[in-house]
Order: sequence, then structure tokens, then C-alpha cells
Amino acid sequence: MYKILKKEALNQTVELIEVEAPFVAKKCEPGQFIILRVNEVGERVPLTIADYDREKGSVTIIYQVVGYSTKLLSEMKVGDFINDFVGPLGQPANLKKHNRVLGIGGGVGAAPLYPQLRKLKEMGTQVDVVLGGRSAEYVILGKEFEDICDNVYYATNDGSLGITGFVTDVLNSQLEKGVEYDEVIAIGPLIMMKAVVNITKPINLPTAVSLNPIMIDGTGMCGGCRVTVGGKTRFACVDGPDFDGFEVDFDECMRRQGMYKEEEKDHACRIGL
Amino acid sequence: MANMSLNKVAMPEQDPNIRNKNFEEVALGYGIEQAIEEATRCLQCKHKPCVGGCPVNVPIPEFIKQVAEGNLEEAYQIITSENSLPAICGRVCPQESQCEGVCVRGIKGEAVGIGRLERFVADYHIQNVETVVPEIQKNGIKVAVVGAGPAGLSCAGDLAKRGYDVTIFEALHDLGGVLIYGIPEFRLPKKLVATEVDNIAKMGVTINKNVVVGRSITIEELFEEDYKAVFVGSGAGLPKFLGIEGENLNGVYSANEFLTRVNLMKAYNQDQSPTPIRVGDNVAVVGGGNVAMDAARTALRLGAKEVSIVYRRSEDELPARREEVHHAKEEGVVFRLLNNPIKVIGNEAGWVTGMECVKMELGEPDASGRRSPIEMPNSNYILDVNTVIMAIGQSPNPLIRQTTPGLDVR
Repeated sequence: MYKILKKEALNQTVELIEVEAPFVAKKCEPGQFIILRVNEVGERVPLTIADYDREKGSVTIIYQVVGYSTKLLSEMKVGDFINDFVGPLGQPANLKKHNRVLGIGGGVGAAPLYPQLRKLKEMGTQVDVVLGGRSAEYVILGKEFEDICDNVYYATNDGSLGITGFVTDVLNSQLEKGVEYDEVIAIGPLIMMKAVVNITKPINLPTAVSLNPIMIDGTGMCGGCRVTVGGKTRFACVDGPDFDGFEVDFDECMRRQGMYKEEEKDHACRIGL
Repeated sequence: MANMSLNKVAMPEQDPNIRNKNFEEVALGYGIEQAIEEATRCLQCKHKPCVGGCPVNVPIPEFIKQVAEGNLEEAYQIITSENSLPAICGRVCPQESQCEGVCVRGIKGEAVGIGRLERFVADYHIQNVETVVPEIQKNGIKVAVVGAGPAGLSCAGDLAKRGYDVTIFEALHDLGGVLIYGIPEFRLPKKLVATEVDNIAKMGVTINKNVVVGRSITIEELFEEDYKAVFVGSGAGLPKFLGIEGENLNGVYSANEFLTRVNLMKAYNQDQSPTPIRVGDNVAVVGGGNVAMDAARTALRLGAKEVSIVYRRSEDELPARREEVHHAKEEGVVFRLLNNPIKVIGNEAGWVTGMECVKMELGEPDASGRRSPIEMPNSNYILDVNTVIMAIGQSPNPLIRQTTPGLDVR
């Protein structure tokens, strides 16, 4: 059992929890994820690690309340116990010291992006970030990024924070201004990562993306998380979750993501979502 | 004088047309009279070929003698002197290629039903006797066991009996490995697995769930924590796919995923489990082993109208246990033998709508001694299916190999 040490609502649908998980906290690196089961009959839910404290033995995760299990998680309080919490899973992100890197975080995608950029900064890389969301309240961790990044840009659909538009508009304007990036790390909805790659691939600007497909065990056993990367089938849980964005078949990812839409709807009805 | 009947005493089973709609156990097990009658078929051979055929050397004639005399707890103690998981092994061991495969009675007629007797003895004990843990003289030596599947549990049980201080590390949230995620409820009730695991825990074995050795902790770090030996029973790993077009369409499962959803995550009971499973009306299971049979029979129970086993060789080469093939046929699984899938076909939305197959014939024996299948020209056809389950084996899990320098893997 894994105790919830801290809980915070980041906006109406996004929450942060810090969980006591010494095995995970001891070993995890930016880019890796955990799987949790809220209760003893729960689903296994993969969530990326947003932060960790090795001394305290705790791990922070950030999630959007979208389905059955995240709703259950949302009902838990500080001091409650999560039934299962396993990790770290996946490969650590392949972070190298560069001159200048641009992070792009869409919605909750900002959470797994944060430890990656922080580590790059620690390595001595100049780090810029674009955070995007539907409106200001959907943009999370702005302050945290401002503490570690050289420049923080915002893009919202309604213009309530930063420019009116998409994260890709900021990317385009940075490139037009002639800012030279060695790498882009884009984490967010599949459609956003695909749009980023559509801009960076033609100019050969290396782009890492982080995938979060449907999976069960997270150790390579089920094969449910398979994605086509560079024409080959890879398992996101053991080969990823970070991949070279140029090589990812995003359309296939999007189709597979919708595999259980109907079943999810049914469960959502039952718990009154 | 031994009972010279050529056939095993029949074991009662659920009717095929009833059981193919439920997840209750198919084989119902012997009663005490049936068990004693079957036990008297054992010739008590002096050279005991069955014991040599058993991977853990259970003193088979000795326990059967006790059954014949009605001393069931004595029989249980004899079995568990060598085997920590009798209720499980009695059900899912491939006895026909192990102990029963070399039974003298099998030369003319059927072998003694060793598995059925082992199962009976274990079940009788679970139902009637409170397990008492024998006094164990601890030796204080720490041993780590990676994986709580059948290998890890057996190893932990045996070492605990010998006084070692054993800790099991399991990646999943529940214990039993393939016994709990792979083998379906109708072949191995999960309550039994839990009972056998409890019996091992009672011997003082420490169990850590949710720890992925290779990720949460490495083997090197286990040695640093003063474990003197590490047993790696990490089990089967990544599911294999054929590498044909369309395998990533929605509706194509690996057997591992399909069975894990149904068994470990209990998706067979959608009222209780939030984990979804999607089974179409027409299901193709590719492969011919026990896992393929489990997947096919599970698909039927989940409501599929037609389930086919698609296998590229003939019936003689099916790697599954005869009993599983027989059960699958009884339940209505269609066997499309000498058929090989070459492409999975999907619609615009990315869902499976069919599978293109080609007919095969058997040619010359290959390296494995089996006649190799050869494609018949112009025999392609499209099988109308909306779910495809790939049950063609798996490769070892890479996590431990990747994180343990110097580990020799063959």
C-alpha cells in the first residue's frame, strides 16, 4: 500500500499527488513512468512521473480526471493508501547536453516534460519552453517552469494566457526569428506531437516525443502498447515511452488510443462522470 | 492384485455446451471412491519410471499407495515433500509428456491418472485439513527469488523448507505469474493459486509485490543487500507477432494481452472489473499451443459466435496437450489446420474486418523433425473475423538481461 503524502488541484480537472513509493523514488529518472491501481479491483493505469524525492522516498504524479480510475483517484485524500504503485517503468529519456533545447508541453503533457527540462538545465543546456492549453486554467506548472527555464512562452486557444493559438504557432515564430534549437522535446496530446513533428521534420530538427498508449503490465508482457516506429513494431513500455518523433506513426497511435472508447463511456456513465 | 482396467477412471466434467458459456472449472475432479479405484491401477514398479519423468521427482508410487489405502493426508505429505504446488501441478502439468508418458501401464492402455490423483489429494487436503507449518530450523542465509510464477514459488517453497530466509520480488500486483494472468479460471481456479501461495507465505517467505527487478532494483543491488543467491524466474516475456501487415489494427491482441485482461484483470466479469475486453462475433486464434487453446476457449465464453484455431501445420503437430485440444473441440472451437495467415485486413477506422490466409500442405521434415508446411499456390482466401489473437509464443523478457552486466543468456 502506498500512502498519499500530498494532494493539490492544479485546475478543475488536473490534480497532483505525491505518493510514498521508496522503490520507485530510489531509481526513477526523467522520462520513466509508473503504473498504479487505485483499489484492489482497479485497472492498471500508466502515469508519467512528474517529480521525485529520493531522500523522502516519494514520487509526484499529475493526472487529468478523465475516466473511471482517475475519478476514483480524485476521490482519495492525503493519508489514504493507493493499492498498487509500481515502477519505475520504461527507459529513461535520452537527455544530452546541448546548446539550446525547446520543450513543448500540451495540457498535462507539461508534467512529464518538467523533470526532463530540469535535468537538461542542470546539464548546462539553455532551455526554453512553450506551454499550451485550451485556456489559462488548463496550463499547468507555469511557475515551476519559470524557475528552471530561460524563456517560458504560453499559447492558449482563447488567448487568456500568452498568444492566441497553438504551441506550434510559438514554435514557428521562434524558428522564423532564427532561434537555433538543437532539439525539441514535445509531450502532449498525440495530435499536438504530430503537428510539432510536421514542422520540425522538414527542417530536420530532432524531436523527441513521449507516448502513453494503452497498456496493462508495463513490463513488455502484454504487447498492448505496441507502436510503429520507423516501420517496426516497438513496445512503448520497454522500448519507450520516448521515441524519435520523426519515426512515429501517429495516425496508428491515435486509432489504437480509441480502442475502448465505447467501454470507457459505459464505465463513465456508471460512476456519473 | 492391481486393477487391470486399461482405461483411467473417468473424471467428471461439466457438459461442453454448458461450460462453454461459463468460467467455472471444466474438470470436476475425482471423489474418494474414484481416486482409490484409480490408485489401484498403479503397479508399484520397483524402477519407478514415473519419478524420473517428474521434473521435481515426486515419489509417485509411494503417494499413490497411500491413496489406495485411503491414507490421504499421508499421501499429501509425501507429495509436498518434493512439490510445493500440488493442486496446481495436478491440474496443469503436461503429465502425458512427463510422469504419465513413461508409466508402464501406458504401454498397453492408458497410463495411471497421476495428475488426477495428485489433484485429488491436494484438493482433499485443502478442503479438510488445516495446513500446519512444520518447525523449520532457520539458517539465516538470505536468498532472493525474482518472479512469483510457478518456478519462483516452487523455488521459494523448497528453500524455505530447508531453512533459507527467502524474499520473493514480483512485478505484478498479484502472485502466481502465468498461473494467474495466463491460465484461465476454467482450467485453474484462482482461489487455489491463492491457497498455494498462502501455504508458501506461511513458511516465512517474504513477498514483495509491485517490484520490477531490472527496474525497481537490479540483481547487483540485491547482492549488495546481502542476498547470497538470486533465482531468476522472470518467465516468458515479450509476445511474438508474425510480422505481417495489419497486426497493429484495433482488434488484434497478443494472447498474453487477451488472457491477462480476462484473467489477471478479471475482465470476464464486466460488472466487477473496470478493465475492458472486446471480443467480436468471429474470432481467429493464430497458433496451436496450450495458450492458443486457452485463448480460443476464453473467447467462446466471452460470447464469440465462431472461434477458429488457425494453425499452419496439421493436427499431429499441434503442440497443445491432447486434453486441451479435445476440450476445445468439444466446446465448439473450429480447427482450421494447414492454414497460414498472411495479412490482417482492416477498415478505414482501423478495426479488423478479416484475415487473409493461405492453405498449406506438409513437405519434408525440417530441423525440428516435423514435416514443414509449404504454401499451396493460389489458395488464398479471406477469413471473416473481427478479432484476431496471436498465440505464437514469446521471447524472454529483456529487463533483467539489459540491467545485469555479465549475465549469460542462451
